[in-house]
Amino acid sequence: MSESLATVSYIGATILFILSLGGLSHPESSRRGNLYGMIGMALAVLATILGPRVTMAGVPWIIGAMVVGGSVGIYAARVVKMTQMPELVALMHSLVGLAACLVGFANYIDPAAAANLSSAEKAIHEMEIYIGILIGAVTFSGSIIAFGKLSGKIGGKPLLLPARHWLNLLGLLIVIYFGWQFLHAESVSAGMVPLIVMAVIALLFGIHMVMAIGGADMPVVVSMLNSYSGWAAAATGFMLSNDLLIVTGALVGSSGAILSYIMCRAMNRNFISVIAGGFGTGGGTPAAAPSGDAQPAGEAVAISAAETAELLREARNVIIVPGYGMAVAQAQHTVYEITKLLREKGVNVRFGIHPVAGRMPGHMNVLLAEAKVPYDIVLEMDELNEDFPDTDVAMVIGANDIVNPAAQDDPNSPIAGMPVLEVWKAKTSIVMKRSMASGYAGVDNPLFYKENNRMLFGDAKKMLDEVLVALKS
Amino acid sequence: MTLMIGIPREIAAGEKRAATVPDVVEKLIKLGFKVAVESGAGDAANFSDDVYRAAGAEIIDGAAKLWSASDIVFKVRGPTAGEVGLMREGGTLVSFIWPAQNPELMQQLAAKKATVLAIDALPRMLSRAQKMDALTSMAGITGYRAVIEAANAFGRFFNGQITAAGKVPPAKVFIAGAGVAGLAAIGTAVGLGAIVRANDTRPEVGDQVKSMGGEFVKVDYEEEGSGGGGYARVMSEGFQQAQREMYAKQAKEVDIIITTALIPGKPAPKLITAEMVKSMKPGSVIVDLAAEQGGNCELTEPGQAVVKHGVTIIGYTDLPSRLAKQSSTLYATNLFRLTEELCKTKDGVINVNMEDDAIRGLTVIKEGNITWPAPAPKLSAAPAKAAAAKVAAPAAKGHGHGGSSEPMAAGKLAIMFGVAAVLFLLIGAYAPAAFLGHFTVFVLACFVGYMVVWNVTPALHTPLMSVTNAISSIIAIGALVQIAPPAMGGINRPDTWILGLAVAGIALTSVNMFGGFAVTQRMLAMFRK
Repeated sequence: MSESLATVSYIGATILFILSLGGLSHPESSRRGNLYGMIGMALAVLATILGPRVTMAGVPWIIGAMVVGGSVGIYAARVVKMTQMPELVALMHSLVGLAACLVGFANYIDPAAAANLSSAEKAIHEMEIYIGILIGAVTFSGSIIAFGKLSGKIGGKPLLLPARHWLNLLGLLIVIYFGWQFLHAESVSAGMVPLIVMAVIALLFGIHMVMAIGGADMPVVVSMLNSYSGWAAAATGFMLSNDLLIVTGALVGSSGAILSYIMCRAMNRNFISVIAGGFGTGGGTPAAAPSGDAQPAGEAVAISAAETAELLREARNVIIVPGYGMAVAQAQHTVYEITKLLREKGVNVRFGIHPVAGRMPGHMNVLLAEAKVPYDIVLEMDELNEDFPDTDVAMVIGANDIVNPAAQDDPNSPIAGMPVLEVWKAKTSIVMKRSMASGYAGVDNPLFYKENNRMLFGDAKKMLDEVLVALKS
Repeated sequence: MTLMIGIPREIAAGEKRAATVPDVVEKLIKLGFKVAVESGAGDAANFSDDVYRAAGAEIIDGAAKLWSASDIVFKVRGPTAGEVGLMREGGTLVSFIWPAQNPELMQQLAAKKATVLAIDALPRMLSRAQKMDALTSMAGITGYRAVIEAANAFGRFFNGQITAAGKVPPAKVFIAGAGVAGLAAIGTAVGLGAIVRANDTRPEVGDQVKSMGGEFVKVDYEEEGSGGGGYARVMSEGFQQAQREMYAKQAKEVDIIITTALIPGKPAPKLITAEMVKSMKPGSVIVDLAAEQGGNCELTEPGQAVVKHGVTIIGYTDLPSRLAKQSSTLYATNLFRLTEELCKTKDGVINVNMEDDAIRGLTVIKEGNITWPAPAPKLSAAPAKAAAAKVAAPAAKGHGHGGSSEPMAAGKLAIMFGVAAVLFLLIGAYAPAAFLGHFTVFVLACFVGYMVVWNVTPALHTPLMSVTNAISSIIAIGALVQIAPPAMGGINRPDTWILGLAVAGIALTSVNMFGGFAVTQRMLAMFRK
């Protein structure tokens, strides 16, 4: 395959990637979008292997590596539970980051890569290597930590080192200093030292950055890391003078950044302060501290599964608000059974999804889709928030912060100003929870003490099964 | 100082409602007010003087005494000139007023230095105002009663039956306009067992129709019919043509038509022509709820039930009053909720707070100054259209800058552009040409990514993230080109090291590549309608 043919194939692959992202914007076109992505990727890989820059000697190695990696990937994708999706995505990001580092090092020790470059071009080339490895390393370690936090292997509480902003700044200065050293290194082996020091600092920085972010912000972090892995690919593209890598990396990078921005807006969180690390940097109290003057008073009223079924049976309009608790308990199938039963009885059942419900944007939508809930009764917060006053029963399944009235009523609350689902405006709200413990943001919830609220304590799956049995009888 | 709320007897002909009921009297007294009721005010709605007295109200004989004793007057219908004459100077009145239709009444009330809250001027889009929305509660009653009147005039069962004496087909009911009255009518007719169809120019109410058990009939013509504030608006000629055809078809098929189509400030649209009435089956019934505004049917006679071409056309304008006990109770509750808003201190004194959107909208005269119409309220939640515009607006600003949802200030924007210009200048001055080529591609790709992703539906965030993750394994290309490049003369390459790194890189990205696409596929396979 000639150089031009390979380039044309790259253009084709680029277009397919753009179509893929565009297709993923709407449910109707989403499956086709994924297909475009696969075709684009196959085209890009084949064009490279058959292209002028790979000789036959490498092909067995390539096939071997791809078979091993591919089978691991497909196996992981097959066995992963839908609730573990966020962890899997985070783990995969880390692989891309690591790969970017490896490619960067390989390129640096390859004298052929910089053989015909002028001194200015060589400087830029080396800078690209440096930046590529930097981003790759941050992505790698950051994703590993995000994976740990999402899977519960590391605690959700943000780790706030003293003077952490100064630590970050110091790290940045060291990175810049070694960058200067690296550019002026006489030989490859002399340049290796600053490069490795920088990679270690970048790894530490990645760990520190994600450790400082609370569990509630993990969705944004996953999306941010997704964006980083794109930037890492783009930097590699600059390093190798490969336009396909640049374009695709930039596409992934910018789309990931926008996704995180959209999510931050949904949580009314400042974008910059989330990436800079830390819930609570924006002038709020740290998540764990109680907001002393606004302790909700009153008593929470418990309710049994049978009574819940009774309430649901007599309702005309029901809104179900799912949260992470539903995902953990794997209760989505039971939820749908109940929904089906109620809809057959003529009850108007709908789902209200908060933009950041769960541990990943759209997490709830995916789970409900898995349970075959038709997506025209699954509505966004903005679409049905005004309908709560006309709703007889609002059922909250394992959600807490997204239905916390303190976000509207209490200006001192750490989540003040975050848009929430106004379940307390329904005639009755039922909150399903294991206990009275506070949510991920560590804020007490005055909803539990409202007069028209009932608490259904217990594991979501078990309680819903009981409700279902009671409904059927 | 405790204020006295007075309830005069309604004097309009045929008006049976009362502005408060005994249950609500108790609640008003709990708020700290004194309540006076004119003798006989509740008779027509089956509330005797004794029941009011038992609830704690003072019974006063004669309208003149009641009006002069009251600081605040609750009424149903707007006052007549005579009643305004009885009113105390500087008093407060809560009632239906219809300020647009009654400019003279407004002048008379202003001359009395009165404060007037017109319950019909409530900003209905405010969700917290719904509890005071008397138009809605009255419309619900109207819709219910319309079906009852139709059933009364209709010579058959509503529900289908198979009896020893033969088979009875269910009645077919068509409801034009699915506002509050229309929806209430749908619910009532469905409850009686009829087959119910409904139409509205606002397509978004289709789901509401279905939720009440009706079938939504679409007009076969594309046009958005939502005017401001949740009301309908006048439609184009092409749409009206298509709509007429649909109505003509329905008229031939159905037994009962209930029309509720109203457009604020305009005469009611003529939906049912004399031709259509003629084409209906003999014994059919039309209930025209828009009779007061001229009627949706050409043959309607307001206030009357007439039989034309064998079809009974009911044009009563007093349907809520025909259910006096129910409508009085709901109206009284609406006024009580309003009183709660006016008297948050619960000490029997009202505060007409003009800062409050709901109160501002209601207040048409404040201490003799006409304050109607109120400026459009600041909506707490914008309707769907505005939201769409909002999504488009932030698209104009660069991504990743700032977290606030307010539009960026001009100064901030200028600084951004300045910084960008300096950066580009630096790159342009020092970077070699080859780099600039790549740089162009890079910047353009960033923008493409931004444009493509901005409008993604939130439901697809996770699959999108997963697919972008899979696509980011394009970095494999970087490893591929290093694994075994064509030999370059005279350069000694540390092949083993590079090969090792590149193979590891390919294996890692392959995990992501195959796994990422497979997971996305699995997720998307679950999205179904």
